[in-house]
Amino acid sequence: MTAQKKKPFTVVGERLPRYDGADKMTGKAIFGPDVTLPGMLHGFVLRSPHAHARLLSIDTSRAEALPGVYAVVTGADLPPAESTDHRYARDNTFASDKVLYAGHAVAAVAARTPTLAEQAARIIDVEYELLPAVTDVLDTTRDDAPILHDDMRTRSLAGRGNKSSNVASHFQHMKGDPARGFAEADVIVEREFHTATVHQGYIESHATVATWSDDGVLTIHTTTQGSFAVRDHVVWLLNLPMSKVRVVPTEVGGAFGGKNTSYVDVAAALLARKARRPVKITMPRPDVFLATGPSSGAVFRVKLGATRDGRITAAQAELFYAAGAYPGSPVGSGANVLFGPYAIPNGQIDGYDVVTNGPRVSSYRAPGGTPANFAAETLLDELAEKLGLDPIEFRLRNHAREGDERLDGGTHGHIGGIEVLEAAQACEHYTAPLEGGPHSGLHRGLHRGRGVAHAAWGNWGGRSSCALSVNGDGTVSLVTSSVDLSGTRTTIAMQAAEALGLPPERIKPSVGDTDNTGYADVSAGSRTTYATGIAAIQAAKDVIAQMRARAAALWDVPVETVGYADGVFSTADALRFTLAELAEQVTSSGGSVSSIANVDVGEWGAGFSTHIADVEVDPETGKVTLLRYTVVQDVGQAVHPAMVEGQMQGGATQGIGWALYEGYAYNDAGQMLNANFLDYKIPTSLDVPMIETVIVEVPYPKHPFGVRGVGEPPILPPPAAIANAIYRAVGVRPDHLPMTPAHLLEKMGVIESRIMNHDS
Amino acid sequence: MAIVHIPPLMRDLTGGRDKVSVPGKTVAQVIEALDAVYPGTKARVCDSDHLAPGVAVSVDGVVARLGLHAPVKPDSILRFLPVIEGG
Repeated sequence: MTAQKKKPFTVVGERLPRYDGADKMTGKAIFGPDVTLPGMLHGFVLRSPHAHARLLSIDTSRAEALPGVYAVVTGADLPPAESTDHRYARDNTFASDKVLYAGHAVAAVAARTPTLAEQAARIIDVEYELLPAVTDVLDTTRDDAPILHDDMRTRSLAGRGNKSSNVASHFQHMKGDPARGFAEADVIVEREFHTATVHQGYIESHATVATWSDDGVLTIHTTTQGSFAVRDHVVWLLNLPMSKVRVVPTEVGGAFGGKNTSYVDVAAALLARKARRPVKITMPRPDVFLATGPSSGAVFRVKLGATRDGRITAAQAELFYAAGAYPGSPVGSGANVLFGPYAIPNGQIDGYDVVTNGPRVSSYRAPGGTPANFAAETLLDELAEKLGLDPIEFRLRNHAREGDERLDGGTHGHIGGIEVLEAAQACEHYTAPLEGGPHSGLHRGLHRGRGVAHAAWGNWGGRSSCALSVNGDGTVSLVTSSVDLSGTRTTIAMQAAEALGLPPERIKPSVGDTDNTGYADVSAGSRTTYATGIAAIQAAKDVIAQMRARAAALWDVPVETVGYADGVFSTADALRFTLAELAEQVTSSGGSVSSIANVDVGEWGAGFSTHIADVEVDPETGKVTLLRYTVVQDVGQAVHPAMVEGQMQGGATQGIGWALYEGYAYNDAGQMLNANFLDYKIPTSLDVPMIETVIVEVPYPKHPFGVRGVGEPPILPPPAAIANAIYRAVGVRPDHLPMTPAHLLEKMGVIESRIMNHDS
Repeated sequence: MAIVHIPPLMRDLTGGRDKVSVPGKTVAQVIEALDAVYPGTKARVCDSDHLAPGVAVSVDGVVARLGLHAPVKPDSILRFLPVIEGG
């Protein structure tokens, strides 16, 4: 349902068929693993079984001697590193002196078949000297922890540390006087939270095909969120001229931030160069878990204080984020999410980026935000309860408004967070009694409970490019360099159609490659419909200006006298061309009409989301059943409401996975125990009820149509909304993700009592 | 002159001051001017001729995509922030 509708549009706001729908429904769309080239070989990457070890030697001779093997490569085939960051990226492609996680690549083989490539890789002799491994983020910070990088010193604005450390960096946000703020508080709550490493869980594995032309041009077909990001990564690691690398993106079967980064493109390029034939690498599912970039496991120590009348006076938090083998966790954005929606006068947040013996983390949909929101919104709920306030009312009393300063030093722009909370407060789900449970969030039910959580996510703009060219039949071809992950060629084309005054079926959108489009940042940060949409609108305006000039020339009238509306050029003298009629004469009246717009969008509108969860908890088994779930979100202007709802539902479902099911399990040697979809459970249709959606539209004024990013905010609130519902159902506050039955039974004292009964 | 908010972890260099006014038409010039008044500040936020890894700068509330080359107005407000990524 839509709570508000601000501005009428012709195309924007309609539920249209997706341009890519037919090919995807009929299986004709080409995804990464579908790409096949003549003479193509298959690559396989040999990975370390050890989480931490010195790499003493690699003997590839037996593999190279195997019939049908065309090439074997190791880290020795990579150019030397030129900087610390370069060395990290190089070593994460193929280990050099040490392996830092179970799954770390040490060599790769290209052979006639995938099976032969794997068999050959398995007979490469690798000699390791084992070292103690550490995967827990707090264990890693202890003085006696094994050091991953001898030359790593903690980096911060206080300077560089003077001894080796696994803490790669530390930052601090400070606002007001936190000590005074807590002294003014009547109620203070404080807890520690632990959250597991989780994976994006995209169904399509990473897959790439590399091939070299005889004149030394490398072409890579790959599944990625950013063709230019892959190109730049390959250029960087192979020390190639940019003009010698072309990246062609395929359709993408799920990414969620995990395909911002390149993993096997360089290995495939090295193998293809050595074998002088195209090489394809498709990562097996265990490799995807072991060796791509999941999200951080994290620990939070959070404290909040408020006065009796429900005003938050101070906040304090420490965040420890596991980065995996190399620095770069999303602890910065986790800190932004933590108390993001609220106007808090005094606060301090300290964030620590910590290396661990795990795969180097990558972005995952609102990176770092979901576990932070779990910690903060659990405490918000506890404060509201202690103050005797409705949880939404408490959030409204403390909500930020435009111009308020955030704890991270930024300033809130034009935001719709209050409108979202008010829509949640008014929606039927929140006002309806919970059957079999309490009627409001203020009372503990025995087994059923309702919880809410609220979140803010900053979104992004960035660099985008969009080209339009008018065809002789009045259609318009649209080529963008933004990879389409979720239907964005449709939402971009709809904005172009709106700006051109044409029906959407007259637009022919496609995604280009790095040789035939302008530069674009990765399709990430909820930016593509927003920023690439702005590029499309700009190009459309230029096309109209050019076409007006053509009409003026054909009619021999001043261009100022030519108007354009709803696909028709006209003058006050009743001269008239439809765009299609004029398009027929374009080629013969001065050549093609086309335009390319390149933008670097520096401002964007934040997204807010409130979730309401009803749960039932089985006190005997600890099993949590979701009874009802609603997502309320400000999307600025919904370009395609059905796809917006899909984003809200998909994000919530992934957040439910964070909440109840997902987590990397490691043994004491640092090896992952559940690197497959049988043992690593993601939510299925059997676990999730029909997720209800309420679209709130508070237009963002710096987008021509009011659009805000949509994809990331809905993954943030589920763990806290469900945890708060669990509290009302059974009276305990979960402080670990995932909230497994074992965790809840332990919290409820059931496991301990059962053990005691057993012992007795 | 532009106002630079000094992060808490750098205030050992500014005698505890949390805001400093310095001239400059770009972020680089502002940082140079800051370093002239409070030596050592540039080394905290820059790595040779770039912003240090993990460090971003905002000018008037907008993260500066041009980094050290970003323009600064006479009344601009600058802040140093951790780099943020999206998924």
